[in-house]
Amino acid sequence: MVAVRYQTTFKLYPYQQVSAQLQAPVRHPVVIVGGGPIGLALALDLGLKGTPVLVLDDHEGAGLGSKAICFAKRTLDIAHRLGAAQPMVDKGVVWNVGRVFHANSEVFEFNLLPEDGHRHPAFINLQQPYFERYLVEAIERARTNGAPIEIRGANQVTAIDPQDGFTTLEVDTPDGPYKIEADYLIACDGARSPLRDMLGLTFDGRVFEDNFLIADVHMKADFPTERWFWFDPPFEGAGQSALLHKQPDDIWRIDFQLGWDIDRKAELDPDRIRARVDAMLSSQTGTVPEYELEWTSIYTFQCRRMQSFRHGNVIFAGDSAHQVSPFGARGANSGVQDAENLGWKLDLVLKGLADDSLLDSYATEREFGADENILNSTRATDFLTPKTETSRLFRDAVLTLAERHTFARPLVNSGRLSVPCTYDGFPHFGPDELQGPAVTRPGAACVDAPAEDGFLLDHLGGSFTILALGLAPSAPVSAHGIDPVVACIPSPSDELTRRYLGDAKQGVYLIRPDQHVVARWPDFDPDAIARAIGRAIGKDS
Amino acid sequence: MPVTLTPNIPDQDGFYDELLRAHEGLSKEQSDAFNARLILVLCNHIGDRDVIRAALAAAK
Ligand SMILES: Cc1cc2nc3c(=O)[nH]c(=O)nc-3n(C[C@H](O)[C@H](O)[C@H](O)COP(=O)(O)OP(=O)(O)OC[C@H]3O[C@@H](n4cnc5c(N)ncnc54)[C@H](O)[C@@H]3O)c2cc1C
Repeated sequence: MVAVRYQTTFKLYPYQQVSAQLQAPVRHPVVIVGGGPIGLALALDLGLKGTPVLVLDDHEGAGLGSKAICFAKRTLDIAHRLGAAQPMVDKGVVWNVGRVFHANSEVFEFNLLPEDGHRHPAFINLQQPYFERYLVEAIERARTNGAPIEIRGANQVTAIDPQDGFTTLEVDTPDGPYKIEADYLIACDGARSPLRDMLGLTFDGRVFEDNFLIADVHMKADFPTERWFWFDPPFEGAGQSALLHKQPDDIWRIDFQLGWDIDRKAELDPDRIRARVDAMLSSQTGTVPEYELEWTSIYTFQCRRMQSFRHGNVIFAGDSAHQVSPFGARGANSGVQDAENLGWKLDLVLKGLADDSLLDSYATEREFGADENILNSTRATDFLTPKTETSRLFRDAVLTLAERHTFARPLVNSGRLSVPCTYDGFPHFGPDELQGPAVTRPGAACVDAPAEDGFLLDHLGGSFTILALGLAPSAPVSAHGIDPVVACIPSPSDELTRRYLGDAKQGVYLIRPDQHVVARWPDFDPDAIARAIGRAIGKDS
Repeated sequence: MPVTLTPNIPDQDGFYDELLRAHEGLSKEQSDAFNARLILVLCNHIGDRDVIRAALAAAK
């Protein structure tokens, strides 16, 4: 029997008995444990590349209740490459106006005027179950077109046994247990990762102990689509910070940061929650709008990561590998970046085009990414919850100054929005012979820009790409069995020029399948490109 | 060292007087808060991270 640990919002992959349950263990090239956002994104990426992948999840769909709501531009760009972004953007809420309050006063109001020349907004608010549902729907579409992806719901991994070169898994189902084998086992099984425990691995780091009371309320009346953030909210028992913002379906997410020593049961009393929510919602108009409590819960967060994301043929991605505080929405967003970093590398290794050691670079690159996210969320936490008298003095000074002077506003830190890290100085990148703009230096994730009739990222797809701006490559390039796609944009738009060329008239970029820049040059040099391909896949000649 | 550590303020005594007068009538708590704001205003004016870092070191 498979224990039900949580209720599901949507049934996405109902249990079905498969013949493999009755046979001797079948070997799979890739088994992903966990059908959360990370496991699903990775499965879709691999399947679209034609690499067979099996996902096992111990439930049958997306969990009920509040988890991620903020999905950043890079995540949408990745989802777009995977053919899943449109319904996310259609359903998601885009907001521009935000207000920051400190106790009883409004510190400032801002308008996030979107930057031109990107297909996607800086982020959308969308409930995580929808995000997962749209990924599953994209998987179904891909499968119709022959992508070899299989998801088995209500399949719980109960034991793993790493062997030489593969791993044996014991899987429990409503029809009893069975065994399978995996060349590569990817643990996307969430922050409590049973697989991590099965391998006896630790999950430590700087512990940041806090409790968040989350109330999703269904608002019947009109209420502005704005983000309101309080430092030291003036409502009784509201904790150290409070946040209000909108999700689809007329749901508003309200977070109260309650601190560490709390009486969970008392805090979850609906009357107590309603008193706080009433105070918050009426704070600007004096009247309490009509609303219903949809979902309430208390979460605790810690900032920690595994020391290494790779243990032989078992690889960790998403929350199983790293966990951050919610400020800055870096959990799912960074996990999706794990998936896209790992997807193409696994694919090349399984196709025999790269050595297994390329997967080590997944671990080092994403460990670096996780550290950056942890650093960011730790800094936000230090601003939100000053640890000493002096840090409170400066924090309050920033808030006071921000009311009067714009210079102090960027210092206000209620969480920096998730942006992808740049793999500066990592061995699989370079050279930078163009010396172009910093945003697109080797290691960076390609930023979007208008190109031809659409957007640049549409030209990059999910394979190695030679991007030729303002010139045409004179010969095809092929190296180590890799034949990059050539994207040629003879007359780049202004934004494209600003982001990719700077003062240069032309430039050539080599771009990885995960849309990170490998190297760039002022001219088309096939030998240099071939060498950079070798470096990118760990085959320096 | 990019930060100026040689005399640079004209009319030193006048400056010093002005600094103290800005704190007149403030409680200890208000003075502390004022100092914090002043530091932030000055750091923003300097802007250059190397200069600020050198100033932090010089003041230790
Ligand atoms: C309140 C809250 C707010 C958040 N807000 C944001 C936000 O705004 N933006 C953001 O990016 N992130 C946010 N996050 C973080 C985000 O929810 C997580 O980072 C994300 O869910 C991680 O995805 P995952 O796929 O790694 O793991 P999970 O979503 O945890 O999925 C793991 C899956 O593995 C399955 N599983 C576990 N054990 C087994 C087993 N033994 N066998 C088979 N299957 C198993 C589970 O059932 C589950 O389906 C928030 C989190 C919380 C709690």
